[in-house]
Amino acid sequence: MSPMARSALAPNATPPDLIRNFCIIAHIDHGKSTLADRMLQLTGVVDSRAMRAQYLDRMDIERERGITIKSQAVRMPWELEGTTYALNMIDTPGHVDFTYEVSRSLAACEGAILLVDAAQGIEAQTLANLYLAMENDLTIIPVLNKIDLPAAQPEKYAEELAKLIGGEPEDCLKVSGKTGEGVEPLLDTIVRQLPAPTGDASAPARAMIFDSVYDTYRGVVTYVRVVDGNLNPRERIVMMSTRATHELLEIGVISPEPVPSKGLGVGEVGYLITGVKDVRQSRVGDTVTNASKPASKDLGGYRDPKPMVFSGLYPIDGSDYPDLREALDKLKLNDAALVYEPETSAALGFGFRCGFLGLLHLEIVRERLEREFNLDLISTQPNVVYDVTMDDGKQIHVTNPSEFPEGKVSEVSEPVVRATVLAPSEFVGAIMELCQQKRGNLRGMDYLSEDRVEMRYTLPLAEIVFDFFDQLKSRTRGYASLDYEPDGDQVADLVKVQILLQGESVDAFSAIVHKDKAYAYGVMMAGKLKDLIPRQQFEVPIQAAIGSRIIARENIRAIRKDVLAKCYGGDISRKRKLLEKQKEGKKRMKMVGRVEVPQEAFVAALSSDGDAGKTKK
Amino acid sequence: MPPSALPDGDPAPSTGELPPSALADVASTDLGIYVHVPFCTVRCGYCDFNTYTLTELGGPGASIGVDSYADAALLELDLACGVLGPAAPPVSTVFVGGGTPTMLRSRDLVTVLDGIRQRFGLAPDAEVTTEANPDSVTPESLRELADGGFTRVSVGMQSAVPHVLHTLERTHDPENVARAVAATKAAGMQVSVDLIYGTPGESLADWRRSLEAAVALEPDHVSAYALVVEEGTKLAAQVRRGVVPAPEDDDEADKYELADELLSAAGYGWYEVSNWARSQRARCRHNVAYWAGTNWWGVGPGAHSHVGGMRWWNVKHPSAYAARLGAGESPAHAREGLTDEQRYDERVLLGTRLADGLPVADLRGSGRTAVAGLIADGLVDGPAALRDSRLVLTLRGRLLADTVVHRLLAS
Repeated sequence: MSPMARSALAPNATPPDLIRNFCIIAHIDHGKSTLADRMLQLTGVVDSRAMRAQYLDRMDIERERGITIKSQAVRMPWELEGTTYALNMIDTPGHVDFTYEVSRSLAACEGAILLVDAAQGIEAQTLANLYLAMENDLTIIPVLNKIDLPAAQPEKYAEELAKLIGGEPEDCLKVSGKTGEGVEPLLDTIVRQLPAPTGDASAPARAMIFDSVYDTYRGVVTYVRVVDGNLNPRERIVMMSTRATHELLEIGVISPEPVPSKGLGVGEVGYLITGVKDVRQSRVGDTVTNASKPASKDLGGYRDPKPMVFSGLYPIDGSDYPDLREALDKLKLNDAALVYEPETSAALGFGFRCGFLGLLHLEIVRERLEREFNLDLISTQPNVVYDVTMDDGKQIHVTNPSEFPEGKVSEVSEPVVRATVLAPSEFVGAIMELCQQKRGNLRGMDYLSEDRVEMRYTLPLAEIVFDFFDQLKSRTRGYASLDYEPDGDQVADLVKVQILLQGESVDAFSAIVHKDKAYAYGVMMAGKLKDLIPRQQFEVPIQAAIGSRIIARENIRAIRKDVLAKCYGGDISRKRKLLEKQKEGKKRMKMVGRVEVPQEAFVAALSSDGDAGKTKK
Repeated sequence: MPPSALPDGDPAPSTGELPPSALADVASTDLGIYVHVPFCTVRCGYCDFNTYTLTELGGPGASIGVDSYADAALLELDLACGVLGPAAPPVSTVFVGGGTPTMLRSRDLVTVLDGIRQRFGLAPDAEVTTEANPDSVTPESLRELADGGFTRVSVGMQSAVPHVLHTLERTHDPENVARAVAATKAAGMQVSVDLIYGTPGESLADWRRSLEAAVALEPDHVSAYALVVEEGTKLAAQVRRGVVPAPEDDDEADKYELADELLSAAGYGWYEVSNWARSQRARCRHNVAYWAGTNWWGVGPGAHSHVGGMRWWNVKHPSAYAARLGAGESPAHAREGLTDEQRYDERVLLGTRLADGLPVADLRGSGRTAVAGLIADGLVDGPAALRDSRLVLTLRGRLLADTVVHRLLAS
């Protein structure tokens, strides 16, 4: 057992030999934050009383969902055999949408703890991040967590991990983040097994930005890992991708609150504050260097965040539009990947077409808008980006089905992903069937153990965005896990299905789908609208059409009777009150041509919570 | 027949007194009195009226029951007399509803009528109606009512088809309807029959059979109501559980059209959406007064009243009602003073339902401009509007009266 370090090493004066940089790769609920909490306690960085559960997760949403969106880095002292070390724990986001951010966090480390729930085994996202870590040549320490659980099967999963990363099952550490068991030996192992960082202390500074967070009081706080040289307070720095220069107002380490330091040297991890107000001015993956003595070459690996999924966000109350704009402007300060532009829909009024990294990103943004800014929103069915080539060679970039061109289309291409599915082997058939339906191509399949299988597919992103994950979960009784990453584009036979109400196209309901699924989509949406739109005084045909060809049709029959039959003394107040309420309700109706469509029908028909297939009739 | 759920309102003063503005036109406005008798032998599954079985009230020893009802009602009439003051005109119409008014002895019903006569006087041609359950009247009890001053009986027939009556949990013997109607006529009173359509399981042929049976009785008046599944009833629970199907609008529309067809052919003309009468004289003047917005005082637990733009409603439970009156207090639970806007909405809402129609001149600008569109859509009778400047619904318009009202009131 190692004692808590008697004194911590001073930043900017710590030899790289005494530094260990690591991250924890884990699935959402496998206990990463709890383990991190224990480490903070054991190293004395946080005392037990001040311990907030899941200290590192800042935002409420994260705490409630138990997931980490924004990573941070904490410097912890640890003493082993009489020597004090500085351990930098870099927290990584745990979800598929943030693969790029994960890759940058990994690039800031020499090693990774592969943390797996001893009752559940490895999940697809963890596996994907593990591969990412191995590609980055990180040293992996396999750890099984939650060994205190009655359902834990550490032997079984130790074997699985050994098979994945090489080595023996006995090398696998066993801990309980909850009780603290095994955490001290883990800290010792980190010091022993992980390589120390290396770099050229006399070279111009090169530090990689692995995270960037907007703080209301301080402006943008940028997290960096110094590779070469050093950064010092009050000097001017350069962001190498944009060539923008900033003054370093503050530099320091997090332990666990920000502590200003005299600088950061080779191998160190810490934060910078330059006074900029927008995380776009301090981009994840970028290289920071000294303005006075700039490096000639950046560290590589920088990528602009690229929105993959688009959805329209509309305020339910049209007068909230300016508030929505302001809220998006504020969120953007802290979210380099969020893009949006104003959009008008005949049915929904004024809103914004927003681009997201993926579905979770969309959901998080929407939830924050609703919760932190008190907005009621409709989000339209999410869609991916299509590149349409016309017969005359004209290219059109489609981020909204309404932009899909009429006329002679020669080719449409859509984004595809490489998807990894992990599941018990009994579900292989069900998964194959689903992937087949979703236009997937099997790339390979491996048994991780006797009863667990890894399947690799190429799938159109549009299918994933539609309802793939829900379907996967329901067909595997919740056992399958999914990870995916962008893998270019493919040409596909795609068409736009329009939905017409009384002959008028309603942009909000149209979708771009594969030709083979156009009919199913048309039938589904027409049926759904038939149930959602109240009967009107006249018959309302609902049609689904590709171009001028009608592929599905429903009819909302004209209403024949609405009158309450009885209206005597005591009924009059009640009836008048009903009338007053209905008058209010009318104000929430949207007119599509002559058809009154209640706001709720839009919400229900467009709800992106994966229930699109459930309302079949 | 007040609904069981009471609306929200402002507190009512314990004296029951009304603001001078509500009383300003008392002398020149017709006055009606509604008497609510909140007793039934059993509660029917569809019924949400304010009514209680004797077991619910706690049997013979309870603070109020069929024996003591008339006493409580007389106390409220005293209060009414005091509040309305000497300017109140003789009463034009009285309507005793329930519940099952005929659970009271005829003697008690007459006592209440006498009480009205003593306090307000009855107009010479006053219409005095009671609802009646066909099982709880006899030729003798009806004669006693006629002798006491009743002029009209409304018989709760509902249906002539046993399985429909069974679903409605009406226990009366269909044969008794004919006997009650005949005895009412023999006693020299006018008779109306009440029908309900749209009961789960009722076919169009069933409904035709009920209508034909009703017409064969040759009543003076027929009311036909679409069954409404009211929140909180046993029927609502059954519909929710899927035990019985919910009434269907299109089916009810078909049945309404059939009712209008058969009743018209038999010489009954509609004068309100759910009411048909053999002649102008056979119309129920008490109900017409509701729709015309005149004054009426509702006596009894849960009864609603309206005087000069003030509406109020009594506490629902018979014991609470009796206790209030026993303590010399008004039984009013709450009240609401109608704003001009609300009075206008009510005038349009109620006037539109009448065959006599709503004078187009009563409509405000936006309502008047809506009339042309309503005529074009076949909801309002074009010639009547042009010829008489009255807004009268077509058959299609009667079925969509709520839509018409919305369009007239849409600003």
